Amino acid sequence: MASGEEDGTVEEKETNNKKRTKGAIATAWLTFYNIAMTAGWLVLAVAMVRYYLQKGTHKGLYRNIARTLKFFQTFALLEVGHCAIGIVRTSVIVTGVQVCSRIFMVWFVTNSIRQIQNEESVILFVVVWTITEITRYSFYTFNLLNHLPYFIKWARYNMFIVMYPLGVIGELLTIHASLPYVRRSGMYSLRLPNKYNVSFDYYYFLIIVMLSYIPCKHSTHNKTSTCMLPFPHWGCHVSGV
Amino acid sequence: MKINKLPVVFFEVEILDAKTKDKLCFLDKYCNCFLVFHVFVSDPQWYPARQSIRLDPKGKSLKDEDVLQHLPVGTTATFYFRDLGAQISWVTVFLTEYAGPLLIYLMFYFRVPFIYAPKYDFTTSKHWVVHLACMCHSFHYVKRLLETLFVHRFSHGTMPLRNIFKNCTYYWGFAAWMAYYINHPLYTPPTYGEQQIRLALTVFLFCQIGNFSIHIALRNLRPPGSKTRKIPYPTKNPFTWIFLLVSCPNYTYELGSWLGFTLMTQCLPVAAFTLVGFIQMTVWAKGKHRSYLKEFRDYPTLRSPILPFIL
Repeated sequence: MASGEEDGTVEEKETNNKKRTKGAIATAWLTFYNIAMTAGWLVLAVAMVRYYLQKGTHKGLYRNIARTLKFFQTFALLEVGHCAIGIVRTSVIVTGVQVCSRIFMVWFVTNSIRQIQNEESVILFVVVWTITEITRYSFYTFNLLNHLPYFIKWARYNMFIVMYPLGVIGELLTIHASLPYVRRSGMYSLRLPNKYNVSFDYYYFLIIVMLSYIPCKHSTHNKTSTCMLPFPHWGCHVSGV
Repeated sequence: MKINKLPVVFFEVEILDAKTKDKLCFLDKYCNCFLVFHVFVSDPQWYPARQSIRLDPKGKSLKDEDVLQHLPVGTTATFYFRDLGAQISWVTVFLTEYAGPLLIYLMFYFRVPFIYAPKYDFTTSKHWVVHLACMCHSFHYVKRLLETLFVHRFSHGTMPLRNIFKNCTYYWGFAAWMAYYINHPLYTPPTYGEQQIRLALTVFLFCQIGNFSIHIALRNLRPPGSKTRKIPYPTKNPFTWIFLLVSCPNYTYELGSWLGFTLMTQCLPVAAFTLVGFIQMTVWAKGKHRSYLKEFRDYPTLRSPILPFIL
């Protein structure tokens, strides 16, 4: 019954409806995701405060919160997926590098080198991350709900001034503390001779990682953060970006 | 300089800065029989190669060959000027980025001091495949240097200066990384020995000849001094018959050469270099393929950008 023109508009309406439902599903998922992550990092914050109040020391605190930290930080890999499918308008590479450097700190430094887990620097960067992530995820949540309290917005754009250098210090000191243990154990390293004719020294790799934090000293925490190096690298995860 | 025999018409031309829209210069009686000009300023820092003159601030740069009367402008023409930054010629870049790996590899091959333990200084490897690899690697880069000097015809004269640092880091860095392991005293020769090396060498040489054939075929498409673009077709040389299936067989053969070299040396850094090169060449091949399709209506449909039927 419909003429050609009417068919066209019906199809248009259908694709518009599909787009709207897709947009609604994406928003619903992102809202759930950001609420869950805010909650997760809040749980972490509370656990750390409770431990310190009960025990009066930071020793053993990392072991206590390790599982929760690993879970929520690893879950953040989903954010790369969000960028890849386009429901979040950020570069996949930038998000990828940021999440990867966090995963690296958690799994390949702090988790695998037990002797440094009671270092103060570990507590420093975990506290910094917790504050930053709670701010960031609650900012995203409120944004999605179209109701952004001023203090969250203020926190997101101002706390990094203090948080970022503290976070860098915590991470660098932790990596530095791990160096002697890495050297002694030869972990994650591959020596010659082998049939692939390649070698890898985790000790020197860590030193290079530490050096690569330097170019990011000047990057600013806003959408157009510019770094001196023209390619993604470590240390480029400005806290809270 | 081609000057068309048209009746002389005078234009008013103004040139604005693309970003600030400041008026840079104004010509009140510009003759149409001139080609698109460059802004000649007394400061030699602003040489023509770094000037981009365009009709739209965000548009494509006009070419040197464009004639004023054939552009979509009225008798008052407005052009926008954009500084492309310091430029360097393609030939210079190619020569520098290829000379590096040639020399660097040889330094590792001859085991120059301070690379390996002092007792190995100036010694040579006991594995014959290492000597073969050095010959192949050196041959490859000598071939590239000679092609740059005598074979290639470049469409653009220059590229941005920062490219030379980027490109040289890539080529020189990978060359050093590869050469370190291949020429290492603890190098392990390929698992399948002579069979593997012989196959690898065959593949390598086949692809080197193929790559060279393609470069010659592409050169012959373009008369000396011209910048015309034509569809490449297979010639009498069997190595060019791959044009039937692929738009950029020079990249296909290049991939083949490096696969051969990887097989010959059985060295992971070589495999990594091959992979990264393949990714970059695929990006270039896809771009070239797309521009062929856009420019030529009758472009053969059987062709793929770089791998027959696959990519």
